[in-house]
Amino acid sequence: MELIEQANQEAIKRILSADPVLVDVVYAKDIVPNLTDKMILHAGPPISWDRMCGPMQGAIAGITVFEGWAKNLKEAAKLAAEGVITFDPNHHHDAVGPMTGITTISQPMLVVENRTFGNRAYCAINEGLGKVMRFGGNDAEVLQRLSWIRDILGPSMGKALREMGGLELKPLIARGLSMGDEMHQRNVACSGLILRAIAGVMAKTADDIKSLSDSLDFISSNDQFHLNIAMAMGKSMMDPVYDIEGSSVVTAMARNGTDFGIRVSGTGNEWFTAPVEMPEGLYFAGFTEADANPDMGDSTIIETIGLGGFAMGAAPAVAGFVGAGAASEAEDYTRLMGEICVDENPEWTIPGLNYLGVPTGIDIRLVVDTGISPTINTGIAHKEPGVGQVGAGIVRAPLTCFENALRRLAENLGIS
Amino acid sequence: MTSRIENGKKHLLGDPIVVLNIGLENFSHELAECDTPVIQLDWKPSAGGNPELANLLSKLGI
Repeated sequence: MELIEQANQEAIKRILSADPVLVDVVYAKDIVPNLTDKMILHAGPPISWDRMCGPMQGAIAGITVFEGWAKNLKEAAKLAAEGVITFDPNHHHDAVGPMTGITTISQPMLVVENRTFGNRAYCAINEGLGKVMRFGGNDAEVLQRLSWIRDILGPSMGKALREMGGLELKPLIARGLSMGDEMHQRNVACSGLILRAIAGVMAKTADDIKSLSDSLDFISSNDQFHLNIAMAMGKSMMDPVYDIEGSSVVTAMARNGTDFGIRVSGTGNEWFTAPVEMPEGLYFAGFTEADANPDMGDSTIIETIGLGGFAMGAAPAVAGFVGAGAASEAEDYTRLMGEICVDENPEWTIPGLNYLGVPTGIDIRLVVDTGISPTINTGIAHKEPGVGQVGAGIVRAPLTCFENALRRLAENLGIS
Repeated sequence: MTSRIENGKKHLLGDPIVVLNIGLENFSHELAECDTPVIQLDWKPSAGGNPELANLLSKLGI
């Protein structure tokens, strides 16, 4: 159908011409649109308190205490259940967040500006691995780390980024792919590149040597530091793709631990949801599948722009880490995802696959036609609140989301 | 698949054959075990055989 082909070419043009730049770190209350007091943004499509999974409820209770809206976790849960706290998806506020994806007013947000289109997208700073709020952690250690990020790391990074005039992310991703990252479960190369780019300027703009030393230690000891930057980048690249009449290209995939949701360019802001699936993967010592929570987080924006599971061929080490088979099988994932995408990204290539561009622009028609659903590399949270990450694995986007989106797209086009 | 004609009749299995198998992969395994060259085509009906979705896809350019 000519209208759809042209619409999808426009969608691809907008994705490939994006120019995402990490420009600042700013408190959420000062920059995230329509974010108000006692409002908590979460990952995935909309969800009410009573349907939230354990880690999501745990993170919400924790952040409610962190913001000073409740004295303790019990009171926080009561406020949430009574409707005193309001909830909304990050995606409705130009933002994204990994796993539970909690965003509130006092958190410092990474700001990525897509300079081609002038839009901005936001994501909180990555807290590290293990017991952290994004996995439902909510004890004193978790809240203390968040306070330090709010008071020291966030402002330090913001000052440095403003001094630098921003950090271009497209070339950084290209280098990261050639160094073995897929930017979802492996960010060690890009995190190192970020540190290399920002360390000198942070030293130049630092208020005191201890803050600088702590900040640089924190960044350098967190292999996933770049994940949240990549997510804000992905959001900034995909938001200009919304609302192209007739386009069957996916603009967002996200999960809240209960539902998986997608949005499609030609159907605007509507979510198409289905029960989220359990990840299959490998567990840290002492944990098993019985401990796992269903899949969660806005981090699937990474796959939406052709990275993560779509770029597995660039990161054979990840295939082993997420239990996807032998390193030699990594390229199969990338080639399979090519079957459901409109194009390849000529600027983000995989050297080990003869410089194949990462598959870009998921077409819901191809997903429904082939039955091949997007492959997502993901972290696995413990199902009980407060425990944290217990493993890493792979999950498939439910086909039902794509089938229902296809029905709506057809309806919008007057096709039955 | 090759064939030859004798007395005006086609002898399908008169020459060595190469099989292209579409669909159930088990059939190809049987042939392979008999040392018959076989190519398995990875094919599934559109939309897993769902007629409603296949109809929409055909009108949406697939």
